[in-house]
Amino acid sequence: MTSRKKRRITLLGLGLMALAGATALVLTAFNDHITFFYGPSEVYANQVPEDRYFRMGGLVAEGSFKEVGDATVTFEVTDGANAVPVRYRGLLPDLFREGQGVVTQGRMNGEGVFIAEEVLARHDENYMPSEVSEALKRGGQWKGEGIENGAVDSSY
Amino acid sequence: MDAVREYLAMGGYAAFVWPSYAITALVMLGILVLTLRSLRQRQHALKSLEQAVGPRRRRSRRNEEAA
Amino acid sequence: MSSEAATQPSGSRSLHRFANPGRFLRLADAVLPWVAAATILTLGAGIIWALFFTPPDYQQGQTVKIMYVHVPSAWMAMFAYTTVAAASAAALIWRHPVADIAAHAASPIGAGFTFLALATGSLWGKPMWGTWWVWDARLTSVLVLFFLYIGHMAIANAFEDAGRGRRAAAILALVGVINVPIIKFSVDWWHTLHQPASVSQIGAPAIHSSMLWPLLITALGFKLFFVTVLLLRMKSDILAVRIKTLRMMSLGER
Repeated sequence: MTSRKKRRITLLGLGLMALAGATALVLTAFNDHITFFYGPSEVYANQVPEDRYFRMGGLVAEGSFKEVGDATVTFEVTDGANAVPVRYRGLLPDLFREGQGVVTQGRMNGEGVFIAEEVLARHDENYMPSEVSEALKRGGQWKGEGIENGAVDSSY
Repeated sequence: MDAVREYLAMGGYAAFVWPSYAITALVMLGILVLTLRSLRQRQHALKSLEQAVGPRRRRSRRNEEAA
Repeated sequence: MSSEAATQPSGSRSLHRFANPGRFLRLADAVLPWVAAATILTLGAGIIWALFFTPPDYQQGQTVKIMYVHVPSAWMAMFAYTTVAAASAAALIWRHPVADIAAHAASPIGAGFTFLALATGSLWGKPMWGTWWVWDARLTSVLVLFFLYIGHMAIANAFEDAGRGRRAAAILALVGVINVPIIKFSVDWWHTLHQPASVSQIGAPAIHSSMLWPLLITALGFKLFFVTVLLLRMKSDILAVRIKTLRMMSLGER
């Protein structure tokens, strides 16, 4: 290899390293803005912007879903440690279910209830036929949608 | 017949499943057809150019070799 | 073959065997029928398996059928970009003419796959998530990838001096490669609406085998399609260079 080619390789390598470093810095600086949603624990720890729109994601707590009339529903969003009550008026996505992942957009009212204006369903990375999921549930090997699957990991 | 209809309905999601496959087929076939068309055109162009330029060139090369 | 002899000089100066366009053409012609046949076989088998012999998902029902075109498109979008970047590096360092041609031949195919990943993802997101599009880290970084492809294709033709244009495009391709790991790890680094990877090197895949196999076979079909079309495009671009040289020669002789 000639020295000219070596120099080109070194230059390209250094350039790419500088670029990677700069990108890492930018991404770290904007971490809060890249995060699409906050978890309930972050809401409790007051890590979310107050009196402002933000997104909150987690699992719809089992047994918390209620229709309260006038196309309005209430449910709780949980990350296993904390749960935040949510009130929402509008259409729910097909995948919305208790125990399923969800991302809601809205703001907190004075009483600690999250008033959602948009509800999106979030699914996990598991795919299987329903016979298999039922067999797993029967066999007690069901891991469920889950906290361990990164749906609601409050530490970045 | 009903089985076919049920299959095509994709559990109520036909409006999302079939367009996905259609657009995939369209884009992939489109890229392939455009690529093949330009290849054919260039093959033709090259052939006619070679017929026009080739003999002269070959002659000049033979002259060089002889020299 | 007079046509091959005509463009040999540019290649034979290089030390590298495959830098020679004439040798590359012979290799491509020998390989192409086999790769094309393999593409038709795997792609056909994969799609038929996916469409007719896969079960609906326990949560997502039949929308999971979109996975068999969405996931391979997304994988190929990233693979094609990596190919463009690697070929660009080879073109910049070794002034490797065939690598330069490969980078530019791969770019439009990658753009096509990126468009497909975005479009089919949107068609899947609407019924399942409840939205066509969100600005989360995964979706946004894939959109950036699409614009990188467009930029790469545009820059190469934006300069009067073709050589300079292609060098600028190669540098853009290398700068943009930083986006590939960002796409891959976005779902792990940040909270996104998009779920984490189902198939990765670490741990068993989170997809049941009745869905995993047709997915992998379709993905192999997509990759073979990429190789086939890449070889065809490179062949076509080498012919274009020859046409240009011959035209200049005939002008010079007049």
